[in-house]
Amino acid sequence: MGAYVLRRLGYGVGVVLGVLFLLFVLFFTVTAPDDIARKALGEKAPQVAVDQWKANHGYDRPLWPWQDWDDNLLFDHYTKMLTFDFGLSDADDAPIMDRIRAGMGPSLSLTVPLLFLGLLVAIPISLLVAFFRETYIDRMGVFICVLAMSVSTLLYIIGAQFLIGKILRWYPISGFDADPLLLPRFLALPIIVGLISGIGGDVRFYRTVFLEESARDFVRTARAKGAGEARIMSHHVLRNALIPILTRVVLAIPFLFTGSILLEAFFGIPGLGSITVDAIRANDFSTLRTMVFIGSLLFVIGQLATDLSYGLVDPRVRFE
Amino acid sequence: MMGLAPHILSNLVVLALLVGLFGLSRWVRRRRIWLESAHAIWQRRRLAIVVIAAYLSIALLDSVAWVGGVPEGVADVLPNQSLSVLDRLFLDTREASYSAPFAGVEWTGGAELRHPGSHVLGTDILGRDVLYLALKGARVALLIGGLTSLIAIPLALLFGVTAGYFGGRFDDFVFFLISTLASMPGLLLLIALIMALGKGTFSVCLALGVTGWVGFCRLSRAETLKLRELDYVEAARALGVSEIRIIFRHVLPNLAHLIVITFVLTFSGLVLSEAVLSWLGIGVDGSWGQMIDGARNELSRDPIIWWNIGAAGAALFGLILAVNSVGDAIRDVLDPRTARTSE
Repeated sequence: MGAYVLRRLGYGVGVVLGVLFLLFVLFFTVTAPDDIARKALGEKAPQVAVDQWKANHGYDRPLWPWQDWDDNLLFDHYTKMLTFDFGLSDADDAPIMDRIRAGMGPSLSLTVPLLFLGLLVAIPISLLVAFFRETYIDRMGVFICVLAMSVSTLLYIIGAQFLIGKILRWYPISGFDADPLLLPRFLALPIIVGLISGIGGDVRFYRTVFLEESARDFVRTARAKGAGEARIMSHHVLRNALIPILTRVVLAIPFLFTGSILLEAFFGIPGLGSITVDAIRANDFSTLRTMVFIGSLLFVIGQLATDLSYGLVDPRVRFE
Repeated sequence: MMGLAPHILSNLVVLALLVGLFGLSRWVRRRRIWLESAHAIWQRRRLAIVVIAAYLSIALLDSVAWVGGVPEGVADVLPNQSLSVLDRLFLDTREASYSAPFAGVEWTGGAELRHPGSHVLGTDILGRDVLYLALKGARVALLIGGLTSLIAIPLALLFGVTAGYFGGRFDDFVFFLISTLASMPGLLLLIALIMALGKGTFSVCLALGVTGWVGFCRLSRAETLKLRELDYVEAARALGVSEIRIIFRHVLPNLAHLIVITFVLTFSGLVLSEAVLSWLGIGVDGSWGQMIDGARNELSRDPIIWWNIGAAGAALFGLILAVNSVGDAIRDVLDPRTARTSE
């Protein structure tokens, strides 16, 4: 067990280092510091201004270690990212870390309820659909799922804002307030949209999982010994389906922190998703690469947690 | 390639596509398994296949283009501007106006339209015919899905199959690369790539391809690992068949169903991602995503201007729904795993 955890951890560290290298290639060589400076200053900026901008933002050093071992951007990139010293935004010189700290709360207030409500809605529906497998209800359910998956999230958002926010006037179209009394009103619409846009894929995924489990031998045995269909569903199918469900949930947890780019930007929630969108619009490369790094780091941690948590739910899993 | 005018290149692509489709249908006809599968898929999803064929023919009509042949003074066409068949069908509707669907008069001002009824779905804020724009989006959407798959699938197969078949250090490297790319959040990586590569159709497709090949690479690697151990591969190796030949004769044909399934199921995802990219301002020109994004704020006008977003949304939805439902049928028919569980 200990050796397995260590090996797994080592691989995770390797992946994080690899991500950092890819980010360096993307944001320092494919888009050279000169390009970044010109995007910030305008295409026709004089070379003097570009050089000054690069000096101000710390881009004026050689890229690779073989050019200058002591002072190069590659090592700088690695040490800064790995010590969470994200520096200043390229666009407005605000400290990136402060912004991320401020954005974490709003992001979580949207994504956490969304995850749990999503599970609460999708699992019973997919159990029901799987219970009526190979019948009219099942086919209708799958068809509705495909229908729901075929609509662009943009349309869901615009449609909900228009219908619920503008015509029915149930909830505000967008906005955010940290006051716990006002917060639910602002979050209602993004959560409804998030649920609807995610439900098709979720139900289909869980249905497949349940169907796979209900084709197993132990289900046939349970049926042979006279267990009712409802009991089979809850005791034999659902319980064994917990592993793939858990995998999906644990893998989703890291992304709770990074929030939802679309929902946050459309509904005016000042979370990490909004920060990312602002960074894209403002050509703010330093913020953007920080966001990608944080997302990847969280994903690696989530995967590690998933692998290790298998042992907790499934007594059959042994770490070699 | 650089010396070629864009419309000639586009015509050549259409020609290649038609020849390819013809060749594929002959190839399928001669192989019983594929013929039966194709028949089963057609039986299950006739309507969806017809819809896809309709989108495809609109896209092809929009891709065949030539210069000249426009009557004098009919519209604002530059002398050596190439127009596609679709453009020529809509020459009448180039009349700039701002109108609602089915209107005979202009939306603002109430002046009579020169060609009443020509703007069947109305026009957008710049006076362009909405039906025309929505139909033109078909080519962009299919181009995004097709070009991206053309980048992503061969790349994924090359890495996946060679890594899975030969194993060793190369496999370790590919697996590391896959896990590294997979651990970067998809949309963020996509955005980062487009920011780095610059905007434009090709760089969007390249970015979608780079982010999209990972899943299929992992799948084809895992499948190759299994195939490598099979008896007939062993037998071929014992007979002294070269590794390249084994890959082409015994491994790749067994991945063919996965290629088809992946192509169809990722296609819709690609087109939907492009809509999100359009909203971020880094999409492809003329796509439905851009239409939706452009018409978003029009909904807050009074009276409500809904036909713009409605047309783009419906066109996008129609294509995605048809592709998704055909994709499901293809998976049911071709994938032995789902065939077993759904029986």
